[in-house]
Amino acid sequence: MPVLLDVKNLRTYFHTHRGLVKAVDGVSFHISEKEIVGLVGESGCGKSVSMLSVMQLIAIPPGQIVSGSAMFDGHDLLKYKPKGDEMRAIRGSKIAMIFQEPMTSLNPVLTIARQVTETLELHLKMDTQTARKRAVELLKLVGIPEAEGRLDSYPHQFSGGMRQRVMIAIALSCNPKILIADEPTTAVDVTTQAQLLELMQEMVNRFNTSLVIVTHNLGVVARYAQRIYVMYAGRIVESGLSEDIFLRPLHPYTIGLLKCVPQLGETKSDRELVPISGLPPNLIKMPQTCAFLPRCSFVTEKCRLEPWPELRSAGEQHYVSCYVDTREIT
Amino acid sequence: MNVKQDHNLLEIKNLKMYFPINKGLLRRKVGDIKAIDDISFDIRENETLGLVGESGCGKTTTGRCILRLYQPTSGNIIFNGMDISSIPEKQVRPLRSHMGAIFQDPFGSLNPRQTARTIAGMPLIVHHMLNKRELDDKVTELLNLVGLDSSMMDRVPHEFSGGQRQRLGIARALACRPSLLVCDEPISALDVSIQAQIINLLEELQKNLGLTYLFIAHDLSVVQHISDRVAVMYLGRIVEISKSKELYQNPMHPYTKALLSAVPIPNPVIERTRVRVVLKGEVPSPAHPPEGCHFHPRCEIATQDCRKERPLLRDVGSGHEVACFRV
Repeated sequence: MPVLLDVKNLRTYFHTHRGLVKAVDGVSFHISEKEIVGLVGESGCGKSVSMLSVMQLIAIPPGQIVSGSAMFDGHDLLKYKPKGDEMRAIRGSKIAMIFQEPMTSLNPVLTIARQVTETLELHLKMDTQTARKRAVELLKLVGIPEAEGRLDSYPHQFSGGMRQRVMIAIALSCNPKILIADEPTTAVDVTTQAQLLELMQEMVNRFNTSLVIVTHNLGVVARYAQRIYVMYAGRIVESGLSEDIFLRPLHPYTIGLLKCVPQLGETKSDRELVPISGLPPNLIKMPQTCAFLPRCSFVTEKCRLEPWPELRSAGEQHYVSCYVDTREIT
Repeated sequence: MNVKQDHNLLEIKNLKMYFPINKGLLRRKVGDIKAIDDISFDIRENETLGLVGESGCGKTTTGRCILRLYQPTSGNIIFNGMDISSIPEKQVRPLRSHMGAIFQDPFGSLNPRQTARTIAGMPLIVHHMLNKRELDDKVTELLNLVGLDSSMMDRVPHEFSGGQRQRLGIARALACRPSLLVCDEPISALDVSIQAQIINLLEELQKNLGLTYLFIAHDLSVVQHISDRVAVMYLGRIVEISKSKELYQNPMHPYTKALLSAVPIPNPVIERTRVRVVLKGEVPSPAHPPEGCHFHPRCEIATQDCRKERPLLRDVGSGHEVACFRV
């Protein structure tokens, strides 16, 4: 499959009064056509910031995209002005985004109709009547019952799951090439989460869209993603096919993440959970060495002396940034 | 202390908690939100009972009724052989030294201006009137118990990380050496890598101190891991209750089945072949719950009876109880 979006060596820093925060520090990833990719990491690891940087939605200042390129359709998105016409033609149209909290990403004082038709009128130059008709179709498509009647309601009249469906409808309205879903199901219940994920999968298959699911929950992406990137402290520490990441993980952090969550049906007598000791690092004044070192159980002398390892190939499409060959130890 | 005893520490009988809906200029009562609609269960001493369900199902309200933070509408809460459901507030206060509570948000449940010493020591001051020197010793002991260092005693909450803050919350809950701990979503606000630390701490404390837990959460895999028995709630009612393992191996209520199938498994090979029961629609409002079985509008196997009559919990063998006509 041809590569749609190719991000190389992205660095996004934030200048705060406490010091320089290297939120994203040399991240490279790509998304191919019709592919579902998972981007996994804990809060503060830079997963959202990487996505927002590509969309040029970072507040500058305090943020700054220090280096990197994001090739999309033969152009480098990061060369565009954030508020320029070229970027606006892509944002929401070619690359669309769904955010975590549907209550804050929908405007509470505008009707649903207004918010769905806005992108249609702006990007597809539809007139009001056509846009309204299309909006009804879209809302029906994402499973909102009595879509016509609910077009003129406000976001607060919808439940959390329904609001997220509206967000999905808006995101898909211009038939984007890439859909970025940033923690799309964190604020909803498990049964709603299942509904939304199934819906998103159905939609991207139907529209031939690529999907990036950004999440802190490894379990969420297991069913859907073909490839997975694992982030820690502003870098990608492991990437590979879903099967490799879940069944043959190599980075100590990925191994730890999989061991510290209880599996369904497991009780305390079956297995004790193995927590990852310590705390996620402070992104200000990061050491030169591997950021996972203080929490790692595989540490060697080399880890303490050498700088943070680059990603190395560890199999077909499988990359890991670690000096230790964990396969030999485990 | 490690032996599971048959003695029931807590018995809930036909508990109901209705919140009035007041409308109009005169704030006249126009209806009720039936947050808890007639539930009964027991918790044995030294046992962990998990309470799962989606938001709005009444699981938090149940915990708050047990702590008598709410005055229940009707029903009995028998704690250690004593009915505490309708005793006056004055008599409830001393009882609270036997019950502790841990809350979801370690940011919101700790006073940002108090030091760790005050936070963990306050229950002791309220209940036992210790003097200052004793207090320091006692707080040191409590902090060590939950894996914090006594040098942190003079810190305020924002100087702690999320996981440490939750540990401090646990220290406060343990201050009076309670027998029952109500844990309301204690790990859902924490980072994934930190959650296991807190789960293990809770399990260890239970083993060492002989605690009894009511563990309330929406994450079924976490609840199953920590609990001996699990109760599943839907719209104010318990639909199924059984041993933790049994609930996973042999779920009977259609809602439990749907809930189990919605929990993601971190294994792509299993996930891709797993058949998912995706529930249609959404949870109805507890102000206007459906007639009969509350679950019938979303149930695939509902019949005419389910629409008219409420199914009661019945034992289907070895303590596995289910409220469904169709099983």
